[in-house]
Amino acid sequence: MIVNTSFVFCLSILYQRTCSHYTAETEHHLKVRGMDDQSVTRVVLLACGSFNPVTNMHLRMFELARDHLEDTGLYRVVKGIISPVGDGYNKKGLIESSHRLAMARLSTENSDWITVDSWESLQPDWVETAKVIRHHGEMLAAEQSNDDVDTVKNAKKRRIDEYSGKSSHFTRRDGPQLMLLCGADVLESFGVPNLWKQEDIAEIVGRYGLVCVTRSGSDPHKFIHKSDMLWKYRKNIHVVHEWVTNEISATHVRQSLRRGRSVRYLLPDGVIHFIREHGLYSAESEQKNADVVLAPLHRYSDASSS
Amino acid sequence: MASRRVPLVLLACGSFNPITNQHMRLFELARDHMHSTGQYQVVGGIVSPVSDGYGKQGLVLAEHRIAMAKLALRSSNWVTVDEWESQQPDWTETAVTMRYHYGRILTECEQSTGTHNDSSGNTVALSSPCPQLKLLCGADFLETFKVPGLWQDDHVEEVVGHFGLVCVSRGGLEPERAVHASDTLLRHRRNIFLVREWVRNETSATEVRRALRRDLSVKYLIPDSVIEYIHQHSLYTHDSERINEDTALRPLAKQAVKSLDD
Repeated sequence: MIVNTSFVFCLSILYQRTCSHYTAETEHHLKVRGMDDQSVTRVVLLACGSFNPVTNMHLRMFELARDHLEDTGLYRVVKGIISPVGDGYNKKGLIESSHRLAMARLSTENSDWITVDSWESLQPDWVETAKVIRHHGEMLAAEQSNDDVDTVKNAKKRRIDEYSGKSSHFTRRDGPQLMLLCGADVLESFGVPNLWKQEDIAEIVGRYGLVCVTRSGSDPHKFIHKSDMLWKYRKNIHVVHEWVTNEISATHVRQSLRRGRSVRYLLPDGVIHFIREHGLYSAESEQKNADVVLAPLHRYSDASSS
Repeated sequence: MASRRVPLVLLACGSFNPITNQHMRLFELARDHMHSTGQYQVVGGIVSPVSDGYGKQGLVLAEHRIAMAKLALRSSNWVTVDEWESQQPDWTETAVTMRYHYGRILTECEQSTGTHNDSSGNTVALSSPCPQLKLLCGADFLETFKVPGLWQDDHVEEVVGHFGLVCVSRGGLEPERAVHASDTLLRHRRNIFLVREWVRNETSATEVRRALRRDLSVKYLIPDSVIEYIHQHSLYTHDSERINEDTALRPLAKQAVKSLDD
């Protein structure tokens, strides 16, 4: 039985165009939390990863992180950026970035604040996460200085600016703060030898900041405590507890797809439709990069041996 | 060549207060599992929200729960919402609800396929056999059989023995243990299909209501259309959570009256 996803897909587009309640909802959000204060720091959340494919869990992380940061009363999250890794990352089963980008874009169609950026995925070589953050930091700074110029390129961006613009007279001078959004696994990967350069960790955590969404069971505080560097910048690390376990992983989604099992309600209908249409995620595609060393490991183990 | 599979309809009873992506996920998992047995062809799914008479705390009006379920399932081509149970003035036992749906399914089936009498006068179906009906439930449902006074013995026999269960577990061996611990369930174990959900996914309607009360995001836990409906009708507030606060759950009250009569 084949689900009529093309119909679903049309519906979701139609829905997005006709619904305007999100903005109202967001305003309500802000009012309730008394966030018209000028001391509030605007935040942009950046999520780096394979997004192979993007799942509802990825999108949920953004929602959880925003709620957590805004609940402190210190931050207002104005934008989320999904930045899929480039094909040069060499991860097993990593399909072409053009597909991963397209799926991420489809998945964020119904969000009024999460966006997709292609810069990282378009780089011929794998780019260190610290460099990706730096790039986005520069982009934000440039947007800041071009304040008078209408740089609005699309409807989504305009919407985002609209609802973040309320107290912009007070806070825009400082510009939004960029933070890396990640799961607890990324934080723990800081301890894996040859995966990260120490100065990169220092830059990410020290200069920008980390929002780490954790599943019940893992204890990032312990991990932060054990690492001198993470401990030093602990005030820049925001740990968000996901009380409701939600373990949808892209790995599991690919496995289900290979086995012909349903993945409905694990990822947006539009993304499922795209996967079917392009015949993505087969036993074959899972063998991509099977014998290739992950780019960061390759790069840093070379560096340390030379 | 398609082998003769038994057509099957899955029925899910519950509050659906509100319906979540996880509810719909249960249907997908159950269908995949039943197909993988090689014996069944799932031909339909029914969501049957409980009536307001159930007396559960925080249960909003059936009218709203039905509307939300319909919105959520608009994009499914095999799961539908049925209002019968929700429209009954009093709470309906699961066995009675199953009887109703099975009767309805049989009538529809007989009308569409037709029968004829063969030379020896036996009634023979012209085409495919009529579907079976099984109850789709979560692992916690099996635990309810243990709660004293919640189930009538003959209803357990009917639901598990006559119809059958498809039970989706969230990892762990609790369902196996529950079946093992009950003589009735063990006797009908061949009629109980345990589906393992390997990915833990604990979105519960309770959590969704909690998040809504606290003004936290529920996006990607329930469909956007349902979120919009909830906001439009201002459902799930601190006030709505107090509905039925001091009321006994209808099944318990009903059974208690029955045992007094005995």
